[in-house]
Amino acid sequence: MKFTIIAEMNGDLLHPTTYQLIGAISEIGSESIVICPNGKGSSEASKIKGVEKIISVNGDCFDLFDGSAWASVINSVCEGTIVASASPNGREIGAIIAAKRGIPIIQDVVAISSEITVTRPIYSGKATETLKINGDSVITLRPNAFESAEVGNDAPISIVDQTSDVRVAVIEAINKASERLDVTEADIIISGGRGMGSIDNFSHLESMADTLGAAVGASRAVVDEWGMPHRMQVGQTGKTVSPSLYIAVGISGAIQHLAGMRSSKYIVAINKDPDAPIFTVADYGIVASWEEALPILKSELMKLS
Amino acid sequence: MNIAVLLKQVPDTTAKITISNGKVDENSVSKWSMSPYDEYALESGLKMKEATGGNLIAITCGPERTKKMLTDAAAVGADTLIHISEDKVLDSTQVQNLLATVINNNEIEVVLCGKQAADTNSGSTGPGVAELLDAACVTMVSEVSFSGNSFISVRPSNTGTEKVSTSGISVFTFDKGLSELRRPNVRGIMMAKKKVIETIKPEELGLGGDSDRIILQTQNSPAEKEPGQIFEGVGEIPTIVSKLRNEANVI
Repeated sequence: MKFTIIAEMNGDLLHPTTYQLIGAISEIGSESIVICPNGKGSSEASKIKGVEKIISVNGDCFDLFDGSAWASVINSVCEGTIVASASPNGREIGAIIAAKRGIPIIQDVVAISSEITVTRPIYSGKATETLKINGDSVITLRPNAFESAEVGNDAPISIVDQTSDVRVAVIEAINKASERLDVTEADIIISGGRGMGSIDNFSHLESMADTLGAAVGASRAVVDEWGMPHRMQVGQTGKTVSPSLYIAVGISGAIQHLAGMRSSKYIVAINKDPDAPIFTVADYGIVASWEEALPILKSELMKLS
Repeated sequence: MNIAVLLKQVPDTTAKITISNGKVDENSVSKWSMSPYDEYALESGLKMKEATGGNLIAITCGPERTKKMLTDAAAVGADTLIHISEDKVLDSTQVQNLLATVINNNEIEVVLCGKQAADTNSGSTGPGVAELLDAACVTMVSEVSFSGNSFISVRPSNTGTEKVSTSGISVFTFDKGLSELRRPNVRGIMMAKKKVIETIKPEELGLGGDSDRIILQTQNSPAEKEPGQIFEGVGEIPTIVSKLRNEANVI
């Protein structure tokens, strides 16, 4: 069985997810062809164990994101089962390649076994389903759900030049995103809910996030009611996240919020209400107000660094 | 201008999902709703219709219950309602082919849908349909307008957001935007009840049949976590931090 992996990029470097994609396929006993869009990261990727060869695809179309153009160029060098990251761009490119090939796509896979069976969350994690795939398909893998492949290889790199029609033109860059880490990229997330009392009190979470190198998230209630940016929202109508550590502060834990964060590796919840549903998914719960708990938590964390 | 909005009915996000015999029990779903991101696509479609004097066509694919959602769309202003009547669970290719065929049959210039549906959270339909239509595709937009001969949309970029333009038939998938969703008024609800829903069977489009490429093996409740440790008050915070550091290795 052949596997082609579309490398996930982070600027000019490989995104850590790329190591996980390669690791996931190695785990089921196959080597992978790895496509590096725009040639970036190809020498780094060639050193990862489990890579059979690298195809570095170069083209003008990579100057801006047009999923159709990228998919068309990448598709020309794909074969077999195609694997990408379940990032927004990975999902879009994957869906277009699947449609081009007339093969099904299964997004956001969290477990894979040979011959191929995949498991994915449905209803934003309120359930999971396991599917058997017959024939070729495109699958996207959830970031942080698979072990990374190790380094120690010297796979050959071939270079392919491709052109494609770009149909999306950027007219204007609008505003600068906050410098803060995105919740989907973060290894540690500290999220606040209505229990924080007001939007101003999020500064306490931000300062703690700076101590930890964490991203700041928010519940739907505070996004809707206090106008926090929607990109910070964790939950069924926001981001689904699975960081190593999720700290929920003043979040009661509505079913939609739990759906978006329950697959985090460790969950710490701080809430005044001992009956808050968030405690049902917490590894460690602290029944206290954030005003009492945060200063102590922060000073304990400072001691570590 | 003919504007298509692709809508999917999903269990309401407040609904509990119950598993029985290795399958999600749809009968136990307390409430079915329009998928939240599709609501933003619909709202944007209504604005575009008002701005261009266009015709808004709401399309869904699913069992009989999904017709209620089309009527809801009519209550806020959808002009034409198309129900692709299908009880089976289809794979992504089948759904996209059905939608693309109906879109092609209706001379549509722009297609709007949610960035993903709240059941599978996949996000495959918009880009896949765009490919089948040979249309431009912009995903995760917060707004779209039509000006001159092109569509202007706003999408996230690496540095913030950006305005992009596309021309020709275009597909846009919606994130939650800034716009307030409109609510139906009494007149809208009464008119919607009389609205005829055009029903199409996949066989009539030459696209019936079972998928043997994706076989559902089992559906399960999420793995239960071991119950955690809950501490009253702040006294145990140093212990928790030390465990996170030394046992869990996450900080």
